[in-house]
Amino acid sequence: MQQFVNTTLSGLAQGMVFAAFALALVLIWRSTRIVNFAQGSMAAATTFIALALIQAGWNYWLAFVVALASGFLLGAVLERVIVRRVEGGPELNAVIVTLGLFVAIQAAVAIIFGSSFQSFPSPFGLRGFTVGGTTIALTPTLVYVIVAVVVTMLLLVALFRFTRVGLAMRAAAFGQEVARLLGVRVGRMLTLGWGLAAVVGSLAGILIAGGEFVYPAFMDSLIVFGFVAAVLGGLDSPVGAVVGGLVLGLALSYVSGYVPGGSALVNMAALVILVVVLLVRPGGLFASTAARRA
Amino acid sequence: MSAVSDLQTDAQPPAGNPATAAAGTSTGTGGPRWLPQSTLLRHLTVVLLCAVGAVVLLEVTDPFRNSQLATLSYYAIAAGGLTVLTGLNGQISLGHGALMAVGAYTTALFLGADEPLPLPVIFVAAIVVTTAVGALVGAAASRLHGPYLAGATLALAVGLPGLALRFQETLGGEQGLRVRAPRAPDWFGDAISALSGNPATTTKWLAYVGTMALIVTYFLLANLVRSRIGRTWRAVRDQDVAAELAGIRLGSWRVLAFVVSAACAGLAGGVLAIVVRLAAPSGFTLVLSLSLLTAIVLGGLGSLFGALIGSALLVFLPQVTTDLGSAAGLDNTEAAQLAPFVYGVVLVVAMMFAPAGLVGSIRLRWLAQRAKRTAARESGR
Repeated sequence: MQQFVNTTLSGLAQGMVFAAFALALVLIWRSTRIVNFAQGSMAAATTFIALALIQAGWNYWLAFVVALASGFLLGAVLERVIVRRVEGGPELNAVIVTLGLFVAIQAAVAIIFGSSFQSFPSPFGLRGFTVGGTTIALTPTLVYVIVAVVVTMLLLVALFRFTRVGLAMRAAAFGQEVARLLGVRVGRMLTLGWGLAAVVGSLAGILIAGGEFVYPAFMDSLIVFGFVAAVLGGLDSPVGAVVGGLVLGLALSYVSGYVPGGSALVNMAALVILVVVLLVRPGGLFASTAARRA
Repeated sequence: MSAVSDLQTDAQPPAGNPATAAAGTSTGTGGPRWLPQSTLLRHLTVVLLCAVGAVVLLEVTDPFRNSQLATLSYYAIAAGGLTVLTGLNGQISLGHGALMAVGAYTTALFLGADEPLPLPVIFVAAIVVTTAVGALVGAAASRLHGPYLAGATLALAVGLPGLALRFQETLGGEQGLRVRAPRAPDWFGDAISALSGNPATTTKWLAYVGTMALIVTYFLLANLVRSRIGRTWRAVRDQDVAAELAGIRLGSWRVLAFVVSAACAGLAGGVLAIVVRLAAPSGFTLVLSLSLLTAIVLGGLGSLFGALIGSALLVFLPQVTTDLGSAAGLDNTEAAQLAPFVYGVVLVVAMMFAPAGLVGSIRLRWLAQRAKRTAARESGR
């Protein structure tokens, strides 16, 4: 029973991070029909920026804010300078460009920050709370992760639902021509969307790094998990991305906890889930449109 | 006048997908005049010339270059398979590194037996096992496209090496499996000493094995590309609806492309195992799959010659960039990262400015000029 509770708790926290990452992918997919495979490397880059600042003696929260801001800048610049040229073109070209960015940014991080393992601090404790004499796996850090992701999601919902900019972004994603006719500066909205997505991705990176070791490729499996979570939810639906992230987090946590030798199989399990979902229900669990045709 | 109209259609890049322009519509024209007209004979002639060239090259270069050529051969075999899949059939795969791992581990396990089978038999076994895995992946992949396919194969590339950690007793875990490189047979030593007087080392033998595997693979692929099968793949890539209406079953043909491509990856993995003498998870990272993609994008998607050039870049570029990095004051591990950095930049820049790749861009320009000349001649008449 205790193992079940612990596995579930850590699965939920993992799922929250997957959800944030999937959300970043969905934001970009909705507006530009591009899956940003570079998201993981971009998040790794901003995480390393935060780490460098913390090692230089900065406060964690100040470094956190600077990292998110640099994430925004990175996302916006990449969209404006590079991705803009392949938007709306053949989908293979866009895929190859984001993959190229993925490799290039990861290598750049390794060159600038070194490729050794470094420990990333967590602002809160890593020791579990004690309930009725037994220590459970719910640590202050896990609570922080969950709260941070939930707050971010609420902020995003508020942005898209209650502000003019959010409305313009939704219009630009929904129909570029119509939005342009109505005076929305579509290009600017796309840049803004990439920036925001990069902020959410950076957040996921910093959260998953907390209390762990980081190295330039530490986000490689997270990009897979984020993608699987986004596809679970239909790749088009932010709510789907969140639910998909949670489902995937729990599923992987159970695989790792209950299958013998399962921790080495987590990546394979994600692959199996992805393939099964794509074959059985290619629209994802929450697809709003029949956007996907094999 | 049918020849003229052929040229003119040739001169236009395939409308749907500029990235695959290098794959062309290679049906009408048949290469230089001095080559035989029959496709099979022409390819055989080229193969013979290449084989002679390869032997000369291997004999005049030193052992270090020999081992580099062996490395080139396994990259090129895998890239050849990938360029057929991506360039001709429009399916992207980031999982070819993982498929190479399947071939390499199969080879390592067979070579580790007390009485190892002959090398060709082991290679065939590696190809068969990898083909089976490829068929499985291909069956799933045939229903996906673009980013979905990329994501699924990405998951494969990240996930498959985990199996080596899970089944540590058989697959050796993080350390991987050491491979006993097969020794050169006696007839090889005799032949080499008769030919050039060089010592017939194991390195040289492995370089010969790799190069010959490369030539055979490219011969088979080149014929496949020119055949009915290749034409069908192009039809599936460019006009899937029209192809379906013409009675082509899209799914089966996509699976077939994946299977052929996986077979190449399996052979490449086998050659890699004996050349590197190690099959370990660290050898089959995501960067391997992505560097194969770089090779075929740079050379030009769908062009076997382009895949060869791209693979040469993968072999020779890391040395250059590492030297440059060291000269610029980076330490070794940092300088080693310059190569993947360049791969990434190459992918981005190629897609932005020359989506047809090296071979494709040159080919397009050449075809356009030829069409212009023909048109000028026509109007002058």
